[in-house]
Amino acid sequence: MTAGPTILVRGAGVAGLVTAVTLAERGARVTLTESGSRVGSGASWMAGGMLAPWCEAEDAPPEVTEHSLASLSWWRAHVPGVESNGSLVLAPARDTAEITRFARRTSHFQEIGGEEIMRLEPDLGSRFSRALFFPGEGHLDPRKALPALAERLISLGGRLLTDEADAPAGVSFDRTVDCTGLRARETLKTLRGVRGEMILLRCQDVTLHRPVRMLHPRIPIYIVPRADHLFMVGATMVESENAGPMTLRSMSELLSAAWVLHPGFAEADIVEMGTGLRPSYPDNVPLVTQEKQTVYVNGMYRHGYLLSPWLAAQAADMIFG
Amino acid sequence: MLFYGTRLSSPLMLGTAQYPSPAILSSAVREADAGVITVSLRREAAGQRAGQAFWSLIRDLGVPVLPNTAGCHTVKEAVTTAHMAREVFETDWVKLEVIGESDTLQPDVFGLVEAARILCSEGFRVFPYTTEDLVVAERLLAAGCEVLMPWGAPIGSGKGLNNVFGLRALRAHFPDVPLVVDAGIGLPSHAAQALELGYDAVLINTAVAKAGDPVAMARAFRLAVEAGRLAYGADPMEARDMASPSTPLPGRPMLG
Repeated sequence: MTAGPTILVRGAGVAGLVTAVTLAERGARVTLTESGSRVGSGASWMAGGMLAPWCEAEDAPPEVTEHSLASLSWWRAHVPGVESNGSLVLAPARDTAEITRFARRTSHFQEIGGEEIMRLEPDLGSRFSRALFFPGEGHLDPRKALPALAERLISLGGRLLTDEADAPAGVSFDRTVDCTGLRARETLKTLRGVRGEMILLRCQDVTLHRPVRMLHPRIPIYIVPRADHLFMVGATMVESENAGPMTLRSMSELLSAAWVLHPGFAEADIVEMGTGLRPSYPDNVPLVTQEKQTVYVNGMYRHGYLLSPWLAAQAADMIFG
Repeated sequence: MLFYGTRLSSPLMLGTAQYPSPAILSSAVREADAGVITVSLRREAAGQRAGQAFWSLIRDLGVPVLPNTAGCHTVKEAVTTAHMAREVFETDWVKLEVIGESDTLQPDVFGLVEAARILCSEGFRVFPYTTEDLVVAERLLAAGCEVLMPWGAPIGSGKGLNNVFGLRALRAHFPDVPLVVDAGIGLPSHAAQALELGYDAVLINTAVAKAGDPVAMARAFRLAVEAGRLAYGADPMEARDMASPSTPLPGRPMLG
């Protein structure tokens, strides 16, 4: 058996890890480098980890949904702890018109009433009378999924080098795949950062089984349950490349939404407040491109977990022909 | 009508917030044939000019930019934001918003007049977002504003022209002041109505940005403002109340 090509994958965020694993599975000898001290030191770590192709159709172009349909099963096949409990879309009583709008633009949901909401999420009680339930969706915890992918890469014979900003000295590779997000903007001129802010809560008083989206005309917010009573509340979308600390306004918006969803969140511990910049192209759709011997997987925007499997397959097709 | 000496290429002013992507925003601006685009600095700025990437996208659209002070709740914030806008976009035009109530985003007209006075004295060309109140309008003009932008309904509500009587009164009182209906327009028919009332322009954001197909909706608004403007210039008929007594019809007894 001939040895596969040697490939350098730069950037161990979700795009880089999924690409590295995909290439290794096709027989490449992969070295994955990361400028940070661990995998997922960029926006991927701050992500909600929702695998919600149907919900994304609300404001993403149809190709995002189309190319993300297989991603739930990809993730289930590659990392433990992927939940497939669907997702729930709600609105405060005054904003139920938003549910009508959301329903018009999406598909593959069931429109459900108070009783069914209570059956799915008993803790929500009778506070909501109308929701959309998307049974085919799922979610994962990025902070478990990314390290699990790194382990998988290593078990496939790949290497992971952290604190490694450049290509390892003295080693040459057949090909390079650049998944460095905004760091690649010297080459990828149209990339921009879209600021997102998130909060991690720990709350013993509330149990949720699936991501819940709270619609609002200005401030749509989602809450994703994680293990150990953790809840990720996200995420703002600001056309800013300031990666500095969360603003008071964003914090109030995120926390108010959590409080409206369940008053029990009032007693939650605020475990973390995080900010990240989503690398984005002008149409907010990710892209695989090639320049000389380097393949670029970038512009993940809000869709890193959803679209990485599809993009990685494209990158692999480019490399293996 | 001239806006601070400038004739707009179209009576449609388009906001640039909340679009699904900059690419769609760009197509919508083109399809709307917008005369002006507005852009918010407040939140994007966060002090460090961190919105540069987005702002250069806006500048590249090649449409006159009217920076706004959206999200400002005090005179001081609004004035500071206007200063920054002047630097970033190299224009002395500013759409002045001083928000008084965070749910309806109703303007704080007292702060508005104060901020307008400061900015006008500093040489800004102020486009104040106000209510349809005549007295406030007078104060804004006295402060140095040469354009008025009364709301149709609360920002983002899509309710259309809530107080047609008030808007008409404003038009009648200030025949020579450029008037723009800003906020509350949800449908092209609302925009057409504003132009039919003799308004000089409309400012639209959410109705286009949040439509399922923003580009098609931008075109719908372009056609609507064209229709409204033509209709106003064509001297529309007066509506008749058919329930009132009328001229006797031949062969029929006089009504009433």
